[in-house]
Amino acid sequence: MNGLDIFLDAFFNPAVTAKYLPDILRGMVVTVQVALAVVVTGISLGLALAALRSFRLPGVNLLIVFFVDIFRALPPLIVILLVYFGLPNVGISLPSFAVLWVVLSLVLAAFAEEIFWSGILAIRKGQWEAARSTGLNFAQTLAHVVLPQAVRMTVPPLTNRTIAITKNTALGAVIGVPEILMQAQTAQSFSGNATPLLLGSLAYIALFVPVVILGRWLETRFAWGRA
Amino acid sequence: MPDSAAMLDVAGLRKSFGDIEVLKGIDLALQAQELVFVIGPSGSGKSTFLRCCNLLEQPSEGSIRVDSVELLDPRTDINKMRQRIGMVFQSFNLYPHMNAAGNIMLALRKVLGKSKAEAREIAESCLARVGLAEKAEAYPNELSGGQQQRVAIARAMALEPKIMLFDEPTSALDPELVGSVLTVMRELREAGMTMMVVSHEMRFARDAADRVVFMDDGLIVEQGTPDQIFGAPQQERTRAFLTNFQA
Ligand SMILES: Nc1ncnc2c1ncn2[C@@H]1O[C@H](COP(=O)(O)OP(=O)(O)OP(=O)(O)O)[C@@H](O)[C@H]1O
Ligand SMILES: [Mg+2]
Repeated sequence: MNGLDIFLDAFFNPAVTAKYLPDILRGMVVTVQVALAVVVTGISLGLALAALRSFRLPGVNLLIVFFVDIFRALPPLIVILLVYFGLPNVGISLPSFAVLWVVLSLVLAAFAEEIFWSGILAIRKGQWEAARSTGLNFAQTLAHVVLPQAVRMTVPPLTNRTIAITKNTALGAVIGVPEILMQAQTAQSFSGNATPLLLGSLAYIALFVPVVILGRWLETRFAWGRA
Repeated sequence: MPDSAAMLDVAGLRKSFGDIEVLKGIDLALQAQELVFVIGPSGSGKSTFLRCCNLLEQPSEGSIRVDSVELLDPRTDINKMRQRIGMVFQSFNLYPHMNAAGNIMLALRKVLGKSKAEAREIAESCLARVGLAEKAEAYPNELSGGQQQRVAIARAMALEPKIMLFDEPTSALDPELVGSVLTVMRELREAGMTMMVVSHEMRFARDAADRVVFMDDGLIVEQGTPDQIFGAPQQERTRAFLTNFQA
């Protein structure tokens, strides 16, 4: 075999591809499930926390800031390991899928809260005053005037952060969530061939390039001339 | 003594920001259907005074009665009272994510609890009154400054307030757009609205105001009819201020 053949055999082996492609595809389904669950819960929780924070209740705000800072500072992997391997010692054992979902949701919620909060702070005081002067109360003003504008403003940073955090679904491999990386690694060790890892990469590209494109579209869709 | 016939009755109003006292005891009553103009140098407290009248600023001391209801009474529901006190801002403050009709409908729906169809109908008739019947679907960034300010007036008017407060409604407008806003204000006055207007549009004050109030350094220095204030001001400070405006 010459060099090219060796290379092709290592990364583009047709027999290995045929054998393990179904596993990779199953992994893609799991990755999509975790990612969607994380995006929905993470962003909703982040928005809820930012909205709660705008009421400026002293004790509550301290807790929110504490939570946000902790989850922005910790590497997600260590939290995943801590929860998955630590909690059973105190009698709580969660399935690996749930651990991955909860931890990544909390991480995304922490970042999303900060992004939404900066959006809320960026809304000019005049918007609050105009709404309050027509008799809307604080919560109505927040819900109908401030948040819709803040959310639109935060689409670009939020999209970037969401993509970065959903890619962390690959961390599920270390606790046995059968997502793309886990499937690829398993196939690689059974076959002794790197083709499954390449397939895994392609699977991530197939999933995330459309998301990146969607994010870019959202950015233009929500960019409007601010009066 | 509170003036029971007054639409707005302010007595002994004081407001401090930290150590700085900005309003030093304002007494002023507006009768129903009266148009009162408030003039005075920059920093004299005109905006603060206006903003106290719907509690956008919390006064430090005094009494503010709107339609005989004391705003500073802790039992008063301020959100309810604000429906009766329209406010128009220098910077329009339209909601940029809603079209003209949506801007007007929001409070009608959420505060007065009107149905969507009802709110829409009111919004359209208010837009027609300010000469913008065609612009119901337009977003604020698609409107000129004068049009935005007229939508803002329509938004305040839609709640059928008892009194309307205007804080320099034409100061952010190009000169050629001022007229359209003043026309709307004049029509409001003719329709019997009680209005308090902070503005430098002296010509408008001359023809439209019932009374002109001159404020300086947190106090009302002098007040009277436009002819008295512009023609024969009694106080030196009023005279000094007005020399900048005689055109
Ligand atoms: N939120 C605030 N915090 C601290 N000081 C304030 C605040 N709002 C107003 N002031 C001060 O109160 C004084 C009166 O301000 P105000 O805006 O009422 O004046 P004005 O007569 O409306 O002036 P202008 O003609 O420039 O609009 C000013 O010295 C101003 O700096
Ligand atoms: Mg002012």
